[in-house]
Amino acid sequence: MMKSPKFWSWIAFGGGLFYFFVPLIGMFEFSLRAKRGEYSFLAYQNVLGDPQFQQTFFFSFVMAMFTIVWGVLLVTPTAFWVRLKLPQLRPVIEFITLLPLVIPPIVIVFGYIRMYNTSSFLPLTGSAMGTNILLMFGYSVLALPYLYRAVDTGLRTIDIVTLTEAAQSLGAGWITIMFRLILPNVLVAVLSGAFLTFAIVIGEYVFAALLNRPAFGPYMVWMGSNKAYEPAALAVIAFAITWACMGLIQLFTRLSKHERAKA
Amino acid sequence: MSFLRLTHLEKTFGQNRVVKDFSLDVAKGEFISLLGPSGCGKTTVLRMVAGFETPTSGGITIDGQEVTGLKPNSRNIGMMFQAYALFPNLTVGENVAFGLKVKGVPRAARNARVAEMLKLIGLSDLIGRYPFQLSGGQQQRVALARALAPSPRVLLLDEPLSALDAKVRVSLRNEIRAIQKDLGITTIFVTHDQEEAMSISDRIVVMNAGIADQVGSPFEIYNRPTTKFVANFVGTLNTFDAKVADGRQLVIAGQTLNLPMGTALPPKGSAMAIALRPEALRLGRSEGYEAVMPATVEEVQFMGSVIRLRADVAGSKVSLDTFNRADHPPPAIGERVEISISGKDVIVLNA
Repeated sequence: MMKSPKFWSWIAFGGGLFYFFVPLIGMFEFSLRAKRGEYSFLAYQNVLGDPQFQQTFFFSFVMAMFTIVWGVLLVTPTAFWVRLKLPQLRPVIEFITLLPLVIPPIVIVFGYIRMYNTSSFLPLTGSAMGTNILLMFGYSVLALPYLYRAVDTGLRTIDIVTLTEAAQSLGAGWITIMFRLILPNVLVAVLSGAFLTFAIVIGEYVFAALLNRPAFGPYMVWMGSNKAYEPAALAVIAFAITWACMGLIQLFTRLSKHERAKA
Repeated sequence: MSFLRLTHLEKTFGQNRVVKDFSLDVAKGEFISLLGPSGCGKTTVLRMVAGFETPTSGGITIDGQEVTGLKPNSRNIGMMFQAYALFPNLTVGENVAFGLKVKGVPRAARNARVAEMLKLIGLSDLIGRYPFQLSGGQQQRVALARALAPSPRVLLLDEPLSALDAKVRVSLRNEIRAIQKDLGITTIFVTHDQEEAMSISDRIVVMNAGIADQVGSPFEIYNRPTTKFVANFVGTLNTFDAKVADGRQLVIAGQTLNLPMGTALPPKGSAMAIALRPEALRLGRSEGYEAVMPATVEEVQFMGSVIRLRADVAGSKVSLDTFNRADHPPPAIGERVEISISGKDVIVLNA
């Protein structure tokens, strides 16, 4: 009697595995066929050796880092403050953070271009740096639903009201409370949000293309429409990076001692 | 001169007046308990002293300094919470050092103070542990060390023992009291547990519906409660209907009691309610106990050093405490006994 539910679970699990891995294996196999009649890593060499790959990937990587820092600095104090002082506003804030899932990025980016063009009060699009800043803001909006939820869930695991009061009674101000208490305690939650942000920024196309920045997303699209084997190799590389990130998060969680209590 | 002074504190949440005209003078080094049922405003008073609530009106001064408008982090107050509130991401040592670090105490002095504090609470060997690796009692002791490390002017304890099991609760409360006496730190302790309040306080403030009903030493509160609420809330009471006779005499169930000098009584012939603690009732006849009443034993609770009897006296139920004596077994249930009482133990219930 015990066997049959377990059996069906394994069937479902195997089905899922099959569903996900067959296309991946197929793609991997295809990416190795750049040379006729034999398997080789030629496509990977082409991709990794392409200076444009290096430039765009580096650009997007740096953008992702800035977006994460900006997003965390924006979202963590907000989520903290809402939980501490304005709990009745939580549904409103949650609704606002969900808006980027509903509003297409193209609407946001046209809004940006209209608001911050060279003849506006704040001509951000007039310089490369200004456009990069605009791009970072756009990315952080896209990441908002994931980042906010991750941080908010992290805050739920600690009694922030009492901990804040304890810190205050010991003389701590808001900056100390934020950096010594709240951020370290939601770090793992922030990391999972940061990882999602990273994935979004690396793959994002619309913002980068319309603001005309040399990001990885447009490069992938260009590659996909001009080459045969390289896009598959690129996709495999992207997967490898993603999994490496996940592994790093796991490692970090293991290494931070106090988090073991929650697990 | 009083060290901590609360004058005419009021706190209103919307329509709800939680604290009403609360005034209290606390001497330096005094241990004061705010005792009362939940919702009586005792925690709100404590939180106003800590600065987490702003009084609607009234003032708070500490050591002559007006602190009513100060933020919680500039009041130099130590606080212990019911939920321990240790920082989960910091070790025991880092938790205790937190307040010192915020103050900007140099590393060497900080480490010395942390070591001193951990020695005080007897947990020196746990300096590198994280809170989740400690028991509740250990966590609360670390919280005490953390609160005391920056040498606060006042220590506030918000039901710190309520989450602990009975045995730890008693040992930790004795420890808190010993350390408090040792350091001579002015302390306010909030609790709903009367035994806790009586055992460790210099003075107790019994609160009811936002008002300080009575302020006094545990002995006064227990033996001379001034209101019906205090009498009922603190300890067990037997109430009797009595009639005022001549002079300072009362008549209860046909027996005459002589009240001590200075007891205020209503005019002769009027009915009134009086109360007696269970330990003021004697089993059998006793010298100096002028009224003797027949009773039937209904229940016997053996509690170790004390035996509590429930008996029926002329139709009303009374509780009676008597010390256990190995050569003298308690009466059986249903046994007819005599209970004697004395006028000097009578508590007159005013309101």
